[in-house]
Amino acid sequence: MHFTQKDILDMASLSAEEITHILDTAQGMKEISLRPVKKVPTLRGKTLILFFHEASTRTKTSFDIAGKRLSADVIALAKSGSSMAKGESLLDTVKTLEAMHPDVVVMRHGTSGAAQYIAGHLKSPVINAGDGKHAHPTQALLDMMTIRERKGRLAGLKVAIIGDIAHSRVARSNMEGLIRMGAEVRVAGPPTMIPKGVEEVYGVKVFSAVEGALEGADVVMMLRIQKERMENILFASEREYARTFGLSTGRLALAHPDALVLHPGPMNRGVEITDEVADGHHSVILDQVENGVALRMALFYLLAGGMRHADED
Amino acid sequence: MQMKIENGHVLDPGNMDGIRDIWIHDGRIAAVTEPGECRDRADEIFDATGLVVTPGLIDMHVHLREPGQEYKETIETGCRAAVRGGFTAVCCMPNTRPVNDHAGVTAWIIAQAKKAGLARVYPVAAISRGLEGSQLNEYADLKSAGAIALSDDGMPVNSGQMMRRAMEYAKAFDLFLISHCEDLSLVAGGVMNEGETATRLGLGGIPNISEYLMVQREIGLAEWTGSRIHIAHVSTRESVQAIREAKARGVQVTAETAPHYFSLTDEAVGRYNTAAKMNPPLRSEADRRAIIDGLADGTLDCIATDHAPHASMEKNVPFDEAPNGIIGLETSLGLSLKLVHDGFLSLKDLIRVMSKNPARILGFTNDLTPGALADLTLMDTAAFWEVDPSAFASLSRNTPFGGWQLHGQAVATIVEGRVVFRK
Ligand SMILES: [Zn+2]
Repeated sequence: MHFTQKDILDMASLSAEEITHILDTAQGMKEISLRPVKKVPTLRGKTLILFFHEASTRTKTSFDIAGKRLSADVIALAKSGSSMAKGESLLDTVKTLEAMHPDVVVMRHGTSGAAQYIAGHLKSPVINAGDGKHAHPTQALLDMMTIRERKGRLAGLKVAIIGDIAHSRVARSNMEGLIRMGAEVRVAGPPTMIPKGVEEVYGVKVFSAVEGALEGADVVMMLRIQKERMENILFASEREYARTFGLSTGRLALAHPDALVLHPGPMNRGVEITDEVADGHHSVILDQVENGVALRMALFYLLAGGMRHADED
Repeated sequence: MQMKIENGHVLDPGNMDGIRDIWIHDGRIAAVTEPGECRDRADEIFDATGLVVTPGLIDMHVHLREPGQEYKETIETGCRAAVRGGFTAVCCMPNTRPVNDHAGVTAWIIAQAKKAGLARVYPVAAISRGLEGSQLNEYADLKSAGAIALSDDGMPVNSGQMMRRAMEYAKAFDLFLISHCEDLSLVAGGVMNEGETATRLGLGGIPNISEYLMVQREIGLAEWTGSRIHIAHVSTRESVQAIREAKARGVQVTAETAPHYFSLTDEAVGRYNTAAKMNPPLRSEADRRAIIDGLADGTLDCIATDHAPHASMEKNVPFDEAPNGIIGLETSLGLSLKLVHDGFLSLKDLIRVMSKNPARILGFTNDLTPGALADLTLMDTAAFWEVDPSAFASLSRNTPFGGWQLHGQAVATIVEGRVVFRK
């Protein structure tokens, strides 16, 4: 398949065929990370810019490692860096980036639509590493890769996404991607965290009680609770949240006996997920991290790598 | 100097509806006669055959940006946009820099408008000092300087007590308040209508209830104090219903909406289109239909544009960061005439909501009768034209209607007997 997308901005703009192609490519990349010398020359001489306008050690490290395993020059720009001074407009940022002639720009930004805005003004491919509450496509893709690896398929699976759907870009991208691939998606959380029209927009089923969503689920995806949202009066206390909406061993028993448990991290242990579940045999949370590198290698390769196989010099 | 506007379809709801000649002398209407009936000499003859001649259109809600942000609009460019849109008068909101909360600013605005010599400008002064919602302004001074009403537009008056006292105090000077209705605690950082599009885009939503709750408060306060209140830019079906019920029980409430609320829904935001970002935000289809119903049954008294100029660089940013507002003076009549062409309003009702009612609310008559000031709009209701923002007289270009095909437009605008715009 010839991959023709310029950018990876959200899951809505990827077809099922393109998603499958990305996941297949990522599966092939995974093996590189298991070699004693974890490096191939595929992107030698290419420049990848990681522009994180919002702090995120995990995602940034994952992109960084992915770029380096393909021998690219990876340059990280932080918001606090001199040229990205506070008060500079995003358009000025784009011009600065353009002048560096990057082969791929990875961007995280606190504003919904920021990645699309950058991509619309930039010649080089843009990968959205999270924009506001809108999209986090690489997370959704690595989640899908992890599920497919374990279950052998995505179509027909019952996936429960639990927690703060309204403020989660991870949830939005997973809903879009999983539905596109034929999964059945249920969401649950306190009504303060369920956005208006979510059923109509994504085609998911909303449950007000977590138990209903968990019933027979093949996959349970827990979302991180933003403790600072306490101030936004979205829930009363961590204690009550844990008791009512958290994933415990007892509650997980409602799901399919072979259910997978995912979490985008970092986890609030004891709040949205108990230690037993996070570290238990249903958990594939570390697989997600591992697959994240392979998935991001695949995207770099597809967007900047030309058409050569990863092992060719 | 005598001017004759001949053979136009003179439509002045309540006074006249037919083909007439209008004679203008010294800035006033001298006579309205049957075509050809009067053979007096005219220094200037305006052939209005095929055109509709109406009392001048009045836009009760515009932002002229001067003083303070002349790069977006000046009083002169705003007035030029107004007369091109068929407006003979506009009310300008006080959120300038400095704020129009002082008689000196009010008088200066009026002087600038006189200098421009285009549309009439009626300044709306601020309810509170610096639009901060905590201290009353000198309404007596503002009134004598020429303020026509009071509003903290854009900055909702949060305190019910402040609003109550402002209503009571304004009564002493026969001024009325215009309320921008928004409960900021319910807006909570929202940037577009709360609904499916906001959910899809991951943007913060502004729920209908944030407007409706304040509309209810203002109605309650007006009823309680026996004052008059005008609700600015109504956008929700719940607000329309609340105003309808209040009017039915005799509350002195009037209300306006803007062309974008009956022309667009929140789907116009599309993929973060900042030209569709305004406050209140574009709502759902059900709201859009309720706005049209409200205009048709008289619940909404007038169409105002909330003309809000912004420089293109200010709008060329991510959606969250873009300022609210679109310009409207040059598209208002064309968009509003669509309601007539689509059969929702009669042309007579449209003239009421764009001309007669605003005048009534502002406290003057706007009639095509002998002795009246000759403020007139001549429109070609059949003309098809395409909206080209680059050709606007306004200094700004922020409109979501670029490229739209509209049906009907102003072809001449006459203020006090002077042709201030002619196509
Ligand atoms: Zn307003």
